[in-house]
Amino acid sequence: MTSDSSFAPLPDIVGGHTLSMFVNNEPGVLMRICQVFARRAYNLDSVVVSRGRDPQFSRLTLGISGDPAGLEQIIKQCNKLIDVIHCFEHDESESVTRELALVKILINPGDQGEVLQILEHFGAKTVDLGTASVIAMIHGDSNKVDAAIHLLSKFDIVETVRTGKVVMARGEATT
Amino acid sequence: MSTTKLDGAQALIKTLNDLGIEYIFGYSGGAALPIFDALETVSGNIKFILSRHEQGACHMADGYARATGKPAVVLVTSGPGAGNTITGIMTAQMDSIPMIIITGQQVTWMLGKDAFQEADTFGITMPVVKHNFLVRETNSLPRIAKEAYHIATTGRPGPVLIDVPKDISQSEFTGDLDPDIDLPGYHPETAFEINAEAVTRAAEIISYAKKPVILGGHGVMIARADAELMELATTLNCPVTTTLLGKGIFPETHKFSLGMLGMHGTAYANKAIVECDLIINVGSRFDDRIIGQADKFGALAKIIHIDIDPSEMNKMIHPDVEIVGDAKAALRALNKQIKPLETSSWLATLEGYKKKFPLAYRKQGGLRMQQVLDELYQLTGGKAVVATDVGQHQMWAAQFYKVNASYNWLSSGGAGTMGFGFPAAIGAQFARPDDTVVAVVGDGGYQMTLCELATAALHKLPVKILVLNNHYLGMVRQWQEMFFDNRESGVNLEGNPDFVKLAEAYGIVGFNIKRPADVGKVLQKALDYNDGPCVINAECIKTENVFPMIPAGAALEDMLVEPPKHKMAKPIGST
Ligand SMILES: Cc1ncc(C[n+]2csc(CCOP(=O)(O)OP(=O)(O)O)c2C)c(N)n1
Repeated sequence: MTSDSSFAPLPDIVGGHTLSMFVNNEPGVLMRICQVFARRAYNLDSVVVSRGRDPQFSRLTLGISGDPAGLEQIIKQCNKLIDVIHCFEHDESESVTRELALVKILINPGDQGEVLQILEHFGAKTVDLGTASVIAMIHGDSNKVDAAIHLLSKFDIVETVRTGKVVMARGEATT
Repeated sequence: MSTTKLDGAQALIKTLNDLGIEYIFGYSGGAALPIFDALETVSGNIKFILSRHEQGACHMADGYARATGKPAVVLVTSGPGAGNTITGIMTAQMDSIPMIIITGQQVTWMLGKDAFQEADTFGITMPVVKHNFLVRETNSLPRIAKEAYHIATTGRPGPVLIDVPKDISQSEFTGDLDPDIDLPGYHPETAFEINAEAVTRAAEIISYAKKPVILGGHGVMIARADAELMELATTLNCPVTTTLLGKGIFPETHKFSLGMLGMHGTAYANKAIVECDLIINVGSRFDDRIIGQADKFGALAKIIHIDIDPSEMNKMIHPDVEIVGDAKAALRALNKQIKPLETSSWLATLEGYKKKFPLAYRKQGGLRMQQVLDELYQLTGGKAVVATDVGQHQMWAAQFYKVNASYNWLSSGGAGTMGFGFPAAIGAQFARPDDTVVAVVGDGGYQMTLCELATAALHKLPVKILVLNNHYLGMVRQWQEMFFDNRESGVNLEGNPDFVKLAEAYGIVGFNIKRPADVGKVLQKALDYNDGPCVINAECIKTENVFPMIPAGAALEDMLVEPPKHKMAKPIGST
């Protein structure tokens, strides 16, 4: 089976960096950005792209890991792209990050109570409930999502799908 | 509005004409047919030059830009036509050369279906351009052309590619021929806002210096800041060294000039960097070719870095003061705050190095490239436009052909592209028909693009093609001799044609130089011949090596000023 169903906790990206970008909503923009990271051997742990409120622009949140020494230059190289309006790094103290995960668990009838209890503890919702399986929706910061999945790992998790984190700067600051 | 209908291609060519484009270099093909037709139907000042290979067209446009500071356009067809431009575009990108490349493309509805001569030009070229466009609407062509021109020529310049599907170029144009550009993520105007605090800090650091050096790069030329650089140097009594691409921004015959620094730079420039207490870098990106081992570069010095591109700051070298912005604007601000420095003993030290480690060569024992280039320099008074290829001859040209003005030295630095020199000289000669243009090429690189002899001959361009012929890929052979026990592998150019006879086949005059005593006489004949191109084939010593040399990745203090007596370790740096 794939790592999805293994008991190991998901890769820890807390030590990684979160970048947010505001970009032109045009074909190829994501490719340009990915090239900047790939050339310097940075790994993209998560990528969230969505249309901006003004459909001329898109919003990107990137979770990345790689050599922190090169990050300043990478951010500047992203800012240099004609299609990038701005690119910022956000740390946890001045921003809010959220992530949503769907987790499909196969359950024996006897385990159902405990599963639902864990879900309730994390404020998760049951979005699909069958006789032998449940799909839970967990949201929160990535640590919380990691923790919930970790606790659920003693049951038979068959699939997880995570959105990747989205970030927003606190207060008046621009994301 | 006029009643004559235009198609997209005509709107595109009209826009390029209105932007002041003078030359389009290119090669035709099916997907570009409507655009080629528009060249015939739209009246204007654009001249089209048919190259013999798309790479040649790119280097011609590149040479035109390096000799003028203005962009030219490259026009080619889809698939293989676009593919053949990659090396040329990359060469321009690495050296911040403005260029607009227009590629024909399959019709929109066939994209992604492996249709005939369809290639993902937009995707393939993305890493080697400053920006590119895939046009999806006929009416957007004028706006995109204007944006491409703006992006190519402002900020840190570079090549911009426009991929135009054939249905887009041949559909009727019903839009605005002079639309506004719309680039919300691009603000080159901020380069003229110089951080006053950084300038003050720089001026303060400068005021303490006893052994300053100015390191000037291509950015000075692009910003046309030569006069401001001269003011900085003369006010501070400060020696100036330049990069390969900076040759000309400061007169190399000036008493403060140290010539070029770096791997094959002058010994005195490199010694100045090792011993100085201040480096003022204006418009150079601290390329690995000049810094050698980064953590030892200017180890005793405070470093001020002026660069228009913020992403160059802290990339190779961590400066004490960063000034991000246009070199001219930055130098104007800085020059207001500086006072003369007392540098006489420092200048005397460097003068001593100039005497002790001069650039020199022997005239006995065969013909050396150094002598040919030295005599070329003397005979032209250093006033020719020199376009070089890549290799030993390039480094010797940089050492012996002193350049006193910007835009007269054309050499592929960042990419080190063999095959560049001759077509670049063609582009320069089109740009500056009244100036003497010399292509200095090796027998290896020349053979990569010599099909352009037809282009030069057809237009009767008086380009002098100086082939420094050592029957070897000399620079690679030098490395094999020094670092690989002289095991020659893939460097012998046995099988070279007779370059004079080959020229004659194109109707081009050819000369041979075989003996050191003949150099001046033959070069003068070639310089006096202006009815068309001519080829001068100089048969040089086969196994001469370029010195000084800093092995790749080594520190500047480990420079070899003469052949090493002991066996050398393989260099850490790549090439
Ligand atoms: C397109 C390309 N291929 C390979 C190289 C690697 N290379 C650098 S210098 C050189 C030798 C050049 O030989 P030649 O043109 O004869 O000039 P010389 O060094 O003999 O003066 C080679 C092969 C290159 N720079 N560019």
